Amino acid sequence: MQKKLLGGVVFLMVIAGLIMLASCAKDAVQSTTPEEQTTEDADKKAEAEEAARREAGQRATEEDAIRQAKEAARKMFVSEDIYFDFDDSSLTSDAQEMLRQKAAWMRNSPDVLVVVEGHCDERGTAEYNLALGDQRAASVKAFLKDLGLTASRIRTISYGEEMPVDKGGNEDAFAKNRRAHFDIE
Amino acid sequence: MKNGRHTRLIWLILMAACVLAPDYGQAKYDYIDISNPFLKKIPIAIPPFQTALGGDEAIVDAGDACDLLSETLNFTGYFKLLDQGAFLEYPGKTGIDAENIHFYNWTGIGAELLITGGISVSDGTITMELRLFDTFKEKLLVGKRYMSKPDNLRRMIRGFCSEVIFHLTGSYGIFNSKIAFVSTSPGHKQIYDCDFDGANPRRMTRSKSIALSPAWSSDGKWIAYTDYARGKPDLYIKHVTEKRGAVVSKDGINITPAWVPGKFSLAATLSFSGDPEIYLLTGTGKIIKRVTNNWGIDVSPTFSQDGREMAFVSKRSGTPQIFIKQLQTGQVRRLTFEGKYNTTPNWSPKGDKIAYSCLKNGHFNICVIGSDGEKQMVLTQDAGDNESPTWSPDGSLIAFSSTREGKSRIFVMTAFGTDQRRLLMMPGEQTNPEWSPDIINE
Repeated sequence: MQKKLLGGVVFLMVIAGLIMLASCAKDAVQSTTPEEQTTEDADKKAEAEEAARREAGQRATEEDAIRQAKEAARKMFVSEDIYFDFDDSSLTSDAQEMLRQKAAWMRNSPDVLVVVEGHCDERGTAEYNLALGDQRAASVKAFLKDLGLTASRIRTISYGEEMPVDKGGNEDAFAKNRRAHFDIE
Repeated sequence: MKNGRHTRLIWLILMAACVLAPDYGQAKYDYIDISNPFLKKIPIAIPPFQTALGGDEAIVDAGDACDLLSETLNFTGYFKLLDQGAFLEYPGKTGIDAENIHFYNWTGIGAELLITGGISVSDGTITMELRLFDTFKEKLLVGKRYMSKPDNLRRMIRGFCSEVIFHLTGSYGIFNSKIAFVSTSPGHKQIYDCDFDGANPRRMTRSKSIALSPAWSSDGKWIAYTDYARGKPDLYIKHVTEKRGAVVSKDGINITPAWVPGKFSLAATLSFSGDPEIYLLTGTGKIIKRVTNNWGIDVSPTFSQDGREMAFVSKRSGTPQIFIKQLQTGQVRRLTFEGKYNTTPNWSPKGDKIAYSCLKNGHFNICVIGSDGEKQMVLTQDAGDNESPTWSPDGSLIAFSSTREGKSRIFVMTAFGTDQRRLLMMPGEQTNPEWSPDIINE
């Protein structure tokens, strides 16, 4: 009888230990964010967690990483504006390079429709700048079309000088405002 | 109801108009030299009005009426108002008609013109007599008697001022005109209008988006403008007082409307073809034809008074410059050659002059140039950025926006750049003024 009880206690302890181990591993997975993965100041504890993570759910993390990377690429597509010279709607080589990256993302995201906003700095007259913004958005659309993207996926809209990102009124601010901005519909 | 009141008012004014008929025997218009009326301002004396107010004096302030008359005439830039402190005679006390005026008292202080006024009030109706005299010829030039309700005081005074300006220049002037403009006072750009002198500012558009570029039809009944209400720059054509209108909402931009003088038709820049081009539209927003045909920006049309020519901004020569298209022959000539950025042309409703904004040394200024490309003048200088000039309906004044006080405000000056002053003060920033025609029979 006593032996049986002892056996039951041991059994319960083993179960509890297993549960703790499992929850520890789960915790480790949850607390490992991509930022922590990339930082180089990983200490021993992190190494231990890394081991636990590997044991517990490598596949889940990989899927997570892919999802994160996708989200980052999407964010980059929207957050990175391309810039123009004063009174100019032609694409600089930097702008073209950036548009190639954006085109690549669009190719990998075939269901996505995008809006290209053409903006100007606040020098110049509002009327002319509406037309200039239109041309900036149009030259971006034309370039993406040349890279093989379907024109119907790209809508353009000119805001002229109406929506500056930087109201500093100096050359730096002007340069930031002469832009094409991307958005996802 | 409102119409009925208007009709009655006009009837009253008409009934009164001939009472004080002046002698029209001699040639008019020899007072103001139209070629440059602002070189020599005419000294004018406007002494306090005579009052016979009867029982209800509180209804109207004769001092206010006299001030309003002085300010209204002074707005034109034609006159030099003489200081009331220098006056030797007080017609308000001694009599306002020719018999009681000693003209030597007025020529003696340098006055060439004299305006006397009298106001009486009875049974809630104002009767106002106003007379314009030539002090050297000792002659009545314009004499009018107006009767109306006190809240029409401003209208009566403007009516008289219009008569004065008509007598002196041959044109009724601007006192019935309005100025539309863009203001950020509600937090985003919306269209407003105000009287010619900045009085009674009023919001015209009520969208939650950006509204830009107002343009009046030549009968003053329609206004066209750009609005982002549907998420992109579309062209709205609206009746000013009735709920009628149309929207041009093609792909791309639908911007910079300008009405054809005397027609229910307008030009605007549309970019649905992939390139901003100017099109002629009906007042209901249907395309009549494409006017420009050139790769690159074509924008900001403005018509000559006879509607035969259209000035516009084009980038066809590399930088934004003003061009003129002969609409019948299709011939295009470049108008501006100086500077690398000449935009927002506005064709004078009187004569062959075009005002525009030019960029020089990093700042915008208002310029005027003949439609033949001759006689270019820069009218603003060292006063911030000055943009979007618009002519008064008589071609004597130009309104424009300026950042000379920091924030963008609407300013007015004479067609020769003199008498520059702020038109009005309100919250936010004001840009893009557009002067309406002088609508006499409103």
